Amino acid sequence: MITKQSLEINSHIQIAEDTFEVVLQSSLSKELKPGQFVHIQLPGHMLRRPVSIANVNPEAETFTMIFKIFGEGTRNLSKYQAGEFLDVILPCGTHYPIEDLSLEHALLVGGGIGVPPLYYLGTKLKEKGVKVTSVLGFQSASHVFYEEKFQQLGETFIATNDGTYGQKGFVTDIISKLDKPIDYYFSCGPTPMLQAVTSQLADQKGYISLEERMGCGVGTCYACVVPLKADPSKNKKICKDGPVFPANEVNLA
Amino acid sequence: MSLAVTLPGLALKNPVMPASGCFGFGKEYSQFFDLNELGAIIVKAATGEARYGNPTPRVAETSSGMLNAIGLQNPGVDNIIADELPFLSRFDTPVIANIAGSTVEEYVKVAETLNKSNDLSAIELNISCPNVKEGGVQFGTDPELAKEVTYKVKQASNYPVYVKLSPNVTNITTMAKAVVDAGADGLSMINTLTGMQINLKKRAPIIANKTGGLSGPAIKPVAIRMIYEVRQALSDIPIIGMGGIMTAEDVLEFLLAGANAVAVGTANFQNPHACPEIIAELPGILSKYGFESVEEAIGKGHVHG
Ligand SMILES: Cc1cc2nc3c(=O)[nH]c(=O)nc-3n(C[C@H](O)[C@H](O)[C@H](O)COP(=O)(O)OP(=O)(O)OC[C@H]3O[C@@H](n4cnc5c(N)ncnc54)[C@H](O)[C@@H]3O)c2cc1C
Ligand SMILES: Cc1cc2nc3c(=O)[nH]c(=O)nc-3n(C[C@H](O)[C@H](O)[C@H](O)COP(=O)(O)O)c2cc1C
Ligand code: FES
Repeated sequence: MITKQSLEINSHIQIAEDTFEVVLQSSLSKELKPGQFVHIQLPGHMLRRPVSIANVNPEAETFTMIFKIFGEGTRNLSKYQAGEFLDVILPCGTHYPIEDLSLEHALLVGGGIGVPPLYYLGTKLKEKGVKVTSVLGFQSASHVFYEEKFQQLGETFIATNDGTYGQKGFVTDIISKLDKPIDYYFSCGPTPMLQAVTSQLADQKGYISLEERMGCGVGTCYACVVPLKADPSKNKKICKDGPVFPANEVNLA
Repeated sequence: MSLAVTLPGLALKNPVMPASGCFGFGKEYSQFFDLNELGAIIVKAATGEARYGNPTPRVAETSSGMLNAIGLQNPGVDNIIADELPFLSRFDTPVIANIAGSTVEEYVKVAETLNKSNDLSAIELNISCPNVKEGGVQFGTDPELAKEVTYKVKQASNYPVYVKLSPNVTNITTMAKAVVDAGADGLSMINTLTGMQINLKKRAPIIANKTGGLSGPAIKPVAIRMIYEVRQALSDIPIIGMGGIMTAEDVLEFLLAGANAVAVGTANFQNPHACPEIIAELPGILSKYGFESVEEAIGKGHVHG
């Protein structure tokens, strides 16, 4: 059930350029599923900021989120410290429905701030005994994070836009060279990346997670819609019907 | 301390209700608190057919507010009656439908269709949506059109009709008088103020529709001024006041300006508990400023001369 909680920050550290990992204490942690997000209130801001759940520690009742400074809200969030509290609505949205899927080999494709939710998903897939291959794209070497953690889940490839780390180029350049059969792909990242990935993997089954500017974050205001592929005059709400959608359901164009 | 107020068709246990478009049809927020706590509920706009609204981005944050150009997305009046309103009937809280249209005929059709629902107490006639190409705002800025649509909806509806005024006019009292002459049972004010925000990096408006409606604390002084002016001109017309309410102090300010009840919009997005928290704080604020009831405070902010 969705609630608003005041959550203590257990740790707040910088893990890459402009990129921070925050661990929050919440009694709801063990209910959080991969793909879901939390909606954070920051003082001085009218609207909350959506941030994905990047990992959960059910025993410690904590969850992790990873964010990058983008504008004033995320800059404000970067200044918090362990011991301070955040006003958070959680859990928001749908999750990657891996409990309903039969799969042996999953491909994770993440770009920038789309990488964090895939880490939690990858840990859950590994628990299920699924083989995981990850392809992660970042701007440049200084922005790369969680490479070793992804390597612990399975084979991991990194692409950077400027070639300062891993392969120069886009995640799609790496995917085109992977010839191993996969059952499903799971992708999260900027819309142009999702467009490229979904068209490249058009004959594969997959799930993607979308971003849009939000108002309520709980499904009441119709701010965050995405058109449907079957009938682009119709749409669904990203905050409530998503953010995770079957790749062939939504129209990214 | 009595928080109760009575308006046409509405016996309210307190004067606070969520504003149209900022509370959906109640289901989501019912997970956060008991909707019985609310004075009433104004649901999202209903149009003749389902509408899917404008392209995204539809919202932008501004200093002390937000812009929205949702474009009246809603499932259509028939689906609202069948799928949305029955859920709200389990609460001891009056429900107000918000109706919108592109033509007078559409407004009338929606009003007639809503007569079939047993789950309503009043309707709010939205002649002030700035975010749709046809209809909407022009009904709210032309006194003759406003009169016509109010008269026809009033004829068609079995419910008391509160006409929701647009602040995007030069003279708000002209509009208020026009719709009251046409038979409005009450007024609801204000809707959003048309605005724009430009993204510096992209050199383009953030909202896909380019313009959006400004709401939140940024518009509160405009709302207070307009309610004050209308109350001076029309001493008896019931007014549901709104625009930037975040706290119980804000509610008292609206009451002093002349509102009989208030609606809370954008604040719900920031704090899903905004309405019940404001209601809980209201008695303390009223007594702090020397009032023994909500009724007593209405219109007491006017100075003469
Ligand atoms: C479901 C979801 C999950 C997300 N997960 C993460 C994550 O795990 N890590 C991370 O770093 N970022 C994530 N984002 C993006 C993050 O919400 C934005 O970077 C953030 O809102 C920007 O706020 P700001 O104040 O720094 O930027 P500003 O540009 O100042 O923000 C202005 C307004 O635009 C909104 N906005 C701007 N960019 C975005 C965007 N990309 N998506 C949605 N709203 C936006 C803001 O929320 C705010 O309302 C996610 C977005 C969504 C929708
Ligand atoms: C996202 C959003 C959607 C809205 N939708 C409607 C609507 O469908 N019908 C309507 O009459 N007003 C609508 N409004 C206007 C509000 O009901 C209210 O008049 C306005 O936002 C001012 O109040 P506030 O500052 O408390 O939000 C909407 C406002 C917002 C922010
Ligand atoms: S953000 Fe309000 S419906 Fe999605």
